[in-house]
Amino acid sequence: MSDVYIIGAGIHPFGRTDHRSGREQGVFAVRQALDDAGLEWSDIECAYGGSAASGAADIMVNELGLTGLPFINVANGCATGGSSLASAQYAVGSGAYDLALATGFDKHDRGAFNADPKTYGLPEWYGQTGMMLTTQFFALKIQRYMQLHGISRRTLGLVAEKAFRNGARTDHAWRRSEVDLDTILNAPMINDPLTKYMFCSPAEGGVALILASEKKMRELGADGVKIANIAVRTRPPNSFEVFQPAISVQEGGKPTVLASKAAFEGAGIGPEDVDVAQLQDTESGAEIMHMAENGFCKDGDQEQWLAEGRTELNGKLPVNTDGGCLACGEPIGASGLRQIYENVQQLRGRGGARQVPGQPKVGYSHVYGAPGLAAVAILER
Amino acid sequence: MSVLTPIAEDLWTNEAEPRLIGGKLASGTIVFPMPAGDAAEGVERYPLARKGTLWSFTRQDFRPKSPYEGPGETPQDFVPYLIGYVELPGEVIVESLIVDAKLEELKLGMPMELVIVPFNSQHTTFAFRPERAA
Repeated sequence: MSDVYIIGAGIHPFGRTDHRSGREQGVFAVRQALDDAGLEWSDIECAYGGSAASGAADIMVNELGLTGLPFINVANGCATGGSSLASAQYAVGSGAYDLALATGFDKHDRGAFNADPKTYGLPEWYGQTGMMLTTQFFALKIQRYMQLHGISRRTLGLVAEKAFRNGARTDHAWRRSEVDLDTILNAPMINDPLTKYMFCSPAEGGVALILASEKKMRELGADGVKIANIAVRTRPPNSFEVFQPAISVQEGGKPTVLASKAAFEGAGIGPEDVDVAQLQDTESGAEIMHMAENGFCKDGDQEQWLAEGRTELNGKLPVNTDGGCLACGEPIGASGLRQIYENVQQLRGRGGARQVPGQPKVGYSHVYGAPGLAAVAILER
Repeated sequence: MSVLTPIAEDLWTNEAEPRLIGGKLASGTIVFPMPAGDAAEGVERYPLARKGTLWSFTRQDFRPKSPYEGPGETPQDFVPYLIGYVELPGEVIVESLIVDAKLEELKLGMPMELVIVPFNSQHTTFAFRPERAA
């Protein structure tokens, strides 16, 4: 497969936008990405996109123009964005097309996601008795992890404090105010040990990325960032995932570990080469565990990393530079592509008040979601 | 007062000291709950151990949306409840409500035992509680 570049990136601000549907936010992002790349909609040769709750992406042609292009709807839960990007990369990397669009958008109701046992192949009693909540899974996973690996509640708070500090510097973030550590730690508990400031909320937003072959990028004189590798993996046997009435006593693998290893191998680099990372932070504990699952540190080292500020904007490995899901919220179809958008901006040196210093060359992004899947993308300048 | 019925049929055994009903796959792996329908083919009904150790835990501090059918009607009369995973040695790690304990008392590895408890005005359900010294 030949090299593929991201030459245009657009985003509709995350959060709440009452006057625009999810799809309209997606269209907004596509127009911005076209402007960024100096292209017209009629130039785009194929498109991939989707949402979890805002309908099919191919309806966007009504607003964008009836150019007759092939537009593939992607419905892959939390990996919708990652899968759209991977598909667009294959389309261009195979040589079939020179210009492709990957887009994702969503608009969710307030409050925790509401799961129906039947759609997950689970018995009714599991939901009736109050055990089928995503927030509980994250709390149960980090509770055990903290006790086994010596992570403190204060460190959970530091992750959230950093997220809101970065969000305050980010135009597309939802939460634009800093929140101090004491407020985070003393806020109402959702599921012990996680307080309300440590969880992200369902939200709205849209992202669009335009992919080009190297030849096309040079022809256009575009400002491109290379896709070094993308890996999407579903769960291996005996893993511990969201919505499980029981877990195997055999310790299994993790989809994040598999996707991370595959992406690093494919890119021919290692964790030490990464300059900026966006890691799935559905809640504070997820960012901590994902630092280790993606190979950036050993289990337990996060306590020291956070205390020393190593994941701050000016640290050794800045993590979630736009405030991540905690500050941006989580519109499922757009969330994974927001991470890519942020890395594209950072590698182009367009991060503004949140720009990582020292001209970062390698950007890493990781998304995790139900029912146990992970997608990793590595970008290079 | 009406008699409470189990939240689901065949979730635990009907005996003096009830056991959760799991399944044993052809590979020997133990699963919970016992699979239903076509997925039950070749799976042996396998009552699980009544005692195990606490694998992880948390407290549910807000009232879940539907399909939750716990006691009370509104966010105001909601009482937070404990849940966790209990490892039944050599068998499987089961998610469960936890009763007769406070959050502060829970610790990884503590001995736990199965009990059947009232759940709402109609049903009983299964739960684990810290094992009591005999």
